[in-house]
Amino acid sequence: MSDQVLDIAGLNGWYGESHVLHGIDLKVGQGEVVTLIGRNGVGKTTTLRAIMGILSKREGVVKVFGTETIRMPPERVARLGVGYVPEERGIFASLTVTENLMLPPVLAPGGTTLDEIYRLFPNLLERARSQGSKLSGGEQQMLAIARILRTGARFILLDEPTEGLAPVIVQQIGVVLEAIKSKGLTVLMVEQNFRFAANVADRHYVMESGKIVDMITKSEIAGKMERLEEYLGV
Amino acid sequence: MSAMALFGQLLLGLINGSFYAMLSLGLAIVFGLLGIVNAAQGAFYMLGAFFAWMLGQYIGIGYWPSLVLAPIGVAIVGVIMERTIIKRVYNLDHLYGLLLTLGLFQVIQGLFVYWYGTSGQPYDNPPGLTGGHNLGFMFLPNYRAWVVVVSIVLCFGTWYAIEKTRLGAYLRAATENPTLVRAFGINVPLLVTLAFGGGVALAGIAGVLAAPIYQVNPLMGGNILVPVFAVVVIGGFGSILGAIVTGLVLGVLEGFSKVFYPEASNMVIFAIMIVVLLVKPQGLFGRER
Repeated sequence: MSDQVLDIAGLNGWYGESHVLHGIDLKVGQGEVVTLIGRNGVGKTTTLRAIMGILSKREGVVKVFGTETIRMPPERVARLGVGYVPEERGIFASLTVTENLMLPPVLAPGGTTLDEIYRLFPNLLERARSQGSKLSGGEQQMLAIARILRTGARFILLDEPTEGLAPVIVQQIGVVLEAIKSKGLTVLMVEQNFRFAANVADRHYVMESGKIVDMITKSEIAGKMERLEEYLGV
Repeated sequence: MSAMALFGQLLLGLINGSFYAMLSLGLAIVFGLLGIVNAAQGAFYMLGAFFAWMLGQYIGIGYWPSLVLAPIGVAIVGVIMERTIIKRVYNLDHLYGLLLTLGLFQVIQGLFVYWYGTSGQPYDNPPGLTGGHNLGFMFLPNYRAWVVVVSIVLCFGTWYAIEKTRLGAYLRAATENPTLVRAFGINVPLLVTLAFGGGVALAGIAGVLAAPIYQVNPLMGGNILVPVFAVVVIGGFGSILGAIVTGLVLGVLEGFSKVFYPEASNMVIFAIMIVVLLVKPQGLFGRER
């Protein structure tokens, strides 16, 4: 399929000797917002790291925009137009907010302009000259997303964008995700906050011990709520 | 004592200080990015001087082209060493990098002692910078003035490049979190190699600058390495500005002590180091790690 942004088949991954991903199959289509859900420690973050090439000990097929990436280092995966927002946000403490924002090189034309970024995230303009270490958790998350939008990445990996944030900030992140979606960007997101995920995502892959065990579309959620609660342990 | 002697020593101190600054600046860059305490830095300083001397001796290339060519040669040697040998210890404790580069230093120094002996080769002041000016309170040799100006320009140029430019932002970010910088599409391994080349090239330039002032001697690297390490400890390991300021100030203090109490001149830097380690173990400009 040509409109497949991500096509993973039989992906295995290891941390040193420990086998953590056991044959993942997963597809994300153009313009979709897809989540990886599941309990802690089932391999959601690791899957994102394996896609990015940060987890280098991996086998299987990982096609990004139709290009096989299983042997590529992270910088080449990124150059295909992939933006990565890590779980710990990855704001550089020794750089100012503006330096953080401008750090990732532009990967493709059509990225969000600075004007638009400052409209979406007014705090970043206010705090332009602050050191990265001085930002609140919410501001760090905004900055981590904003700097990826600037690059023109067409496929965005988001790791727990709402983790540890106040409800009002979570709402703001939701608005940003809608904006991302309306631009036609594709998103694969790890999310623990299922209510948040259910609102924004088209489909959900459920992970358990390094495997994908189920896939649920937005329209099926209501009917499968009981099963979902069991997966998530709520 | 005469003012002439005082300012002459201060100038020499400032020159030594600018060599300390350039060498420890290179160390700071390399340590920040690679986590390697590069004990071979003195060897690159010596190589810079020797490459300039060899270019003149064997091919008849003068000072000015050598000032560019010799540091490039030093950078090439450094990059080859980084790619083939030093990169193997990145994931080990800092101590292994120190031991490895100390070994490399001994090998390089040993080869040059074997080839050229320890008596030293003279290197003439470059044409155009011979002579000097009498400033009234002191005689200022043109070449020494040039060395001070070039070193300070290079040091603050490097500081500017690291703190204020895009490439510098990559370097600082890669110092904090190399994996994430790679995930943004930046070839960090290449950046690391270039930074290593740049760091040792600074030592190489210092070596060329030093050649007409001191003789070109295989032991010159070993002689400067010890005070340079003290400078780095006092300034704070990995701090760019700390390396520059501490290098210059300590050179001048050393010069001062040569005038007022010459017996202490070899010790003054280490006395300061001891005090700094007691009071502020992370160094004057260092952050807690």
